[in-house]
Amino acid sequence: MTAVLSTHGLLARYGDFQALYGIDIELHQGEAVALIGANGAGKSTLLRSIMGLLPVGREMVRLHGDPVGGTATDRMVQKGVAIVPEGRRLFTGMSVEDNLRVAIDQAARMGAKGGWTLPRLHQLFPILKEKARTQVQSLSGGQQQMVAIGRALLCQPRVLLCDEISLGLAPKVIREIYAALPEIRATGTAMIVVEQDVGLARTASDRLYCMLEGRVTLTGRSAEITREQIGKAYFGAGHGVV
Amino acid sequence: MEWFDALVQGILLGGMYAQYALGMALMFGVMRIVNISHGDLVILLSLIGISMATAWGLGPLPVLIVLVPLAVLMGWLLQKAVLNRVVGGDPLPSLIATFGLSIALQNLMLQIWSANSRSLPGHGIESQSIEIGSVYIGLLPLIVLAVATGLTWGLDLTLKRTRFGRALRAASADVEAAAMTGINPRAVYAMATAAAVGILGFAAVFQALRSTVAPADGPAQLIYAFEAVIIGGMGTVWGAFVGSMVLGISQAIGFRIDPGFGVLAGHIVFLIVLATRPQGLFGKALA
Repeated sequence: MTAVLSTHGLLARYGDFQALYGIDIELHQGEAVALIGANGAGKSTLLRSIMGLLPVGREMVRLHGDPVGGTATDRMVQKGVAIVPEGRRLFTGMSVEDNLRVAIDQAARMGAKGGWTLPRLHQLFPILKEKARTQVQSLSGGQQQMVAIGRALLCQPRVLLCDEISLGLAPKVIREIYAALPEIRATGTAMIVVEQDVGLARTASDRLYCMLEGRVTLTGRSAEITREQIGKAYFGAGHGVV
Repeated sequence: MEWFDALVQGILLGGMYAQYALGMALMFGVMRIVNISHGDLVILLSLIGISMATAWGLGPLPVLIVLVPLAVLMGWLLQKAVLNRVVGGDPLPSLIATFGLSIALQNLMLQIWSANSRSLPGHGIESQSIEIGSVYIGLLPLIVLAVATGLTWGLDLTLKRTRFGRALRAASADVEAAAMTGINPRAVYAMATAAAVGILGFAAVFQALRSTVAPADGPAQLIYAFEAVIIGGMGTVWGAFVGSMVLGISQAIGFRIDPGFGVLAGHIVFLIVLATRPQGLFGKALA
């Protein structure tokens, strides 16, 4: 079976600094894959490279087997890849509803088909209906994260990339947000979840990749990998258990 | 009564400034593009309109009907060919590029039309007036004000309610996040500049009807547009409209005090606003 999304020896650099050294990952239909690793391991860089936000070679990213590396970000969205970016990146000065409408507008413009609608999103995150007319900058962090996830879903993605969606949120809010992920997966959307919290990453994924200094150091089924293996892959050789 | 008349004349003058300021509100206030050639584009369009009127004997309305689509096309080309290459977080590259364009346009206009002042024949419309109470209101300034109000209303509604408006606001808030939501920012910017210069098509016709235009007149129009947008507050269309009124009224009252003081009075009010409320009358203070 061809992977929905795959990378092949993906290299990325910021100026003179090489951030990724030949990353190979695969994501299959309906699968959730976690990317774990310390700060600076290259997780966000990998997602940004896939989204066309960093220059990469054409053959380095494949979508349903087609080379798409370096495709413009808006064209990647059109091809069915959406991202919940690190730091949420909402459109400040606009209401919750307008933030979501931007995605609805573009999905309509591109003729993207999928099951996500505003009422369905309101079922998933009821608070978004209540706060529809509120300006996004006055929402709490958790609510903002829900808008960011909602905005990505309304792009009708077949692949959803989630970049540190638990960052800076209270444990209760994190549970609430992660509780929504199975429902998103149930629609057949495949997901890559970048997560700092290893425990959270394991429970939310089928497989995981651990990254260290721009390389994948461990991969396997989330339920089978031991803490010792993760500890070694996370910090490099010579380090103890997490 | 004399001061009331100054107020009325100021509002009417504000209607003219609002037509320059709307395009500026869109480009500078929303997209953060500093377009130094803003005024020169008005003059260029005016001169093209005047030439069309003389060559084909067209009245003001047919000139307007031809000129606005032409302006839209010019704006679209300007963004595609020049501004999309320099747009970004830093306003300086767009400033330098359009500064160059401004000089090039002025010289091009001098070459084609010479330094002479010209105006658009209005077939009498420019001298008609209506008497309300004891105040005479020129028909042309009244039309200018009505068109400015209509354009402001239309642009405000477009930004708030349409797919294009939302996409443009999203791209100005965070261009990368906009792309992540499927927006092609360059296409949206090209449409926005097309709209901004399209509005200048209206300004060009009215400017040429109510006074004369010459190739070197652009920079003064640019300053009025900047002042109106900053007085009103960045990123608000009605703010730019009210800013234009404030500028127009200040100048009209200044003229009434002393004919040499009019333009300066406008600048002084602008400086007072900048010093006491730098975010503008309708702008939100930076947190």
